[in-house]
Amino acid sequence: MTTAPTAIVTPAETRPRERGSVLPRSAAMLIMGVCTVYFLLPLWWLLVGATKSREQFTGTDSLWFADFRLLDNLGELMSYRDGLFLRWTLNSLAYTAGAALLGTLLAAMCGYALAKYRFPGRELIFNVVLSGVLVPATALALPLFLIFSQVHATNTFWAVFLPSLVNPFGVYLARVYAAAGVPDGLLEASRIDGAGEVRTFFTISARLMAPALVTIFLFHFVAVWNNFLLPLIMLSDERLFPVTLGLYTWNTQIAQVPELRGMVIVGSLISITPLAVAFLLLQRFWRTGISTGAVK
Amino acid sequence: MSAFLRTIGVLLTSAVALTACSTTDTPAQNPASACAPSGGGPVTLTFTSWIPGIEEVVQAWNAKNPDIQVKVQTGPNGNGGTYQNFFNQLKAGNAPDLGQIEYDALPGFRVQDGLFDLGACDIVAKAKDQFVPWTWDQVSLGDAGSAYGVPQDTGPMALFYRADLFDKAGIAVPATWQEYAAAAEKVKAAGGYITNFSQSDINQFAGLAWQAGGHWFGNDGQKWTVSLADPGTTKVAQYWQDLIDRKLVSSVPPWTTEWDNAYNTDQAWTWVSAVWGANSIASGAPKTAGKWRVAPMPQWDGAQASAGNWGGSSTAVFKTSKHPYEAAKFALWLNSSDEALTLLNQKANLYPATKAGANLPALADGVAFYGDQKIYEVFAKASTQVPSGFTWGPSMTATYANASDGFKAAVSGKGTLLDALTAAQAYTIQTLKNQAIPVA
Repeated sequence: MTTAPTAIVTPAETRPRERGSVLPRSAAMLIMGVCTVYFLLPLWWLLVGATKSREQFTGTDSLWFADFRLLDNLGELMSYRDGLFLRWTLNSLAYTAGAALLGTLLAAMCGYALAKYRFPGRELIFNVVLSGVLVPATALALPLFLIFSQVHATNTFWAVFLPSLVNPFGVYLARVYAAAGVPDGLLEASRIDGAGEVRTFFTISARLMAPALVTIFLFHFVAVWNNFLLPLIMLSDERLFPVTLGLYTWNTQIAQVPELRGMVIVGSLISITPLAVAFLLLQRFWRTGISTGAVK
Repeated sequence: MSAFLRTIGVLLTSAVALTACSTTDTPAQNPASACAPSGGGPVTLTFTSWIPGIEEVVQAWNAKNPDIQVKVQTGPNGNGGTYQNFFNQLKAGNAPDLGQIEYDALPGFRVQDGLFDLGACDIVAKAKDQFVPWTWDQVSLGDAGSAYGVPQDTGPMALFYRADLFDKAGIAVPATWQEYAAAAEKVKAAGGYITNFSQSDINQFAGLAWQAGGHWFGNDGQKWTVSLADPGTTKVAQYWQDLIDRKLVSSVPPWTTEWDNAYNTDQAWTWVSAVWGANSIASGAPKTAGKWRVAPMPQWDGAQASAGNWGGSSTAVFKTSKHPYEAAKFALWLNSSDEALTLLNQKANLYPATKAGANLPALADGVAFYGDQKIYEVFAKASTQVPSGFTWGPSMTATYANASDGFKAAVSGKGTLLDALTAAQAYTIQTLKNQAIPVA
């Protein structure tokens, strides 16, 4: 967007070159366009499907609206089994917002400490964290279940919340950003002015790292919101389910209770909304964050 | 780099240590085969089930049994993750007291030694005669004195058909499979398909084979036998292969909107399905209300009526339960009392496994979607005609997955259904051997 005005003042001699790049550029646009359609089509299908009654869902064109019944469907979803879906949504928000905020803070502090303090074992710790990036969360779910079983803490809020706090990739990002974006001189100045380490971190370093923190927060938010296997293994009380697991559970019961299909569709639409909102609100910061990292 | 390797080493050792300490203490709380009342005050049991509305059924029990309170836990259906959870919980020693397990998954838990043998409970042994005989085969797993669960529901099969379309085209409702194939040609000529052959519901195909006298698995107490391509099954596979070859059946993926649509728009005229299928058609093809009827399954041999079964669950008690007697008592109430069976039928359309269950008032009425036909009378009869002695194997998930791949290929013209079954047979035997389960 910011590059558009500069095109007007582009020197004349560069124009032929631009004209030569029309073909590649339209090819790029075409590929982008195809990808956009590819990614948006399922969302469009979901949106259209969520507005239909059960009869029209099978009977009418699945990519265009029939009678608009989104509000009725929502009402049905919210009242089904005393608002169980609402509870799942709140659970998801609690797991996700809590874990993403706390997890980002932990990752930021850890990454910052690894970048800015020199202490024995620093590289060892960093390497342990890095190896954590290599181990997929899926592979850890079962060992975590066995550990939580030892302390009789499965099927609790904490069984999902505590493991969700950990974000080794966030630590890695925070370290890279802190090393590049927080000048040592500034920290020196702050120390000379008498600020403690904790105050320096929160008032100076964390603010300088803000774009990185948003990136970490978004990554973490998406990861926890979409986390499925851990709650599947840990939880058996449906009042603790996050929305992903709840919808999946309903989806497996469609053969027995066909009404659930409509609810799964509407529920899925609702369950992706927080992600869309988080991205739209934070993408401005995020873009800054990515470019900051790219330049350094 | 060496530091890096070292840390990985540390991680690995700690992981090993963790798994080690978690597997050592699988408790043996009760001496095997003891099934006596616990004594000493009220008992709380946990019960994992994915039946929609099970909470309300259990509430009815809790209200009347202050000394045996049951707590419901839930999750996705068995193959959707709950079975895997059961296995994990058995390993960690925190499995629920009771769990819902489908008949075809029961042997898998049996070979892992995860189930309490309710045959030791006199109340269960006494209740045996209340159940339809073939359902007891599903839980006794080849040993007459054993019961690794209490049969819950069944899926006796029948023929759902569009009475209006058959009338209009002047086709008689087929009573034998021969007539069914002949009708398929006429239906094709009238612009429809007699049915959709399901590429992935191997359980449905098993029901068809079961009706024809197929026996897929056997267990003599020592070794398993696998015979996915026995004469009965071969007959069924060749029959459907012929219909596929002549393009007399459609093959849209089942349980999709496309599939619903075929039924909703008169493209598919019949469905050989289980009792619970009544609800699937009613919700998937709402435009056809009042036009469907139910007839007995077409027969291979006119003289002896036989029916297949598709689906059904049991309520099992896990070996780790500290209160097997109380658990057995609850499982019996859940699956044989009129009160529970009526509730289960209302909430989740479960069709009971008991003999008396067929006479529930809820199953006596005509169903509006089927032109007020008393469809459950057909299924009640079918339930008594399901052949005894059919057993499932201990690795059905693997068998289904492999056979389903083969069926999909056969439907698209690569190989035949029989090829798929032969391949699944070899694959199943290999899977059992890999799990160190003895195969003949």
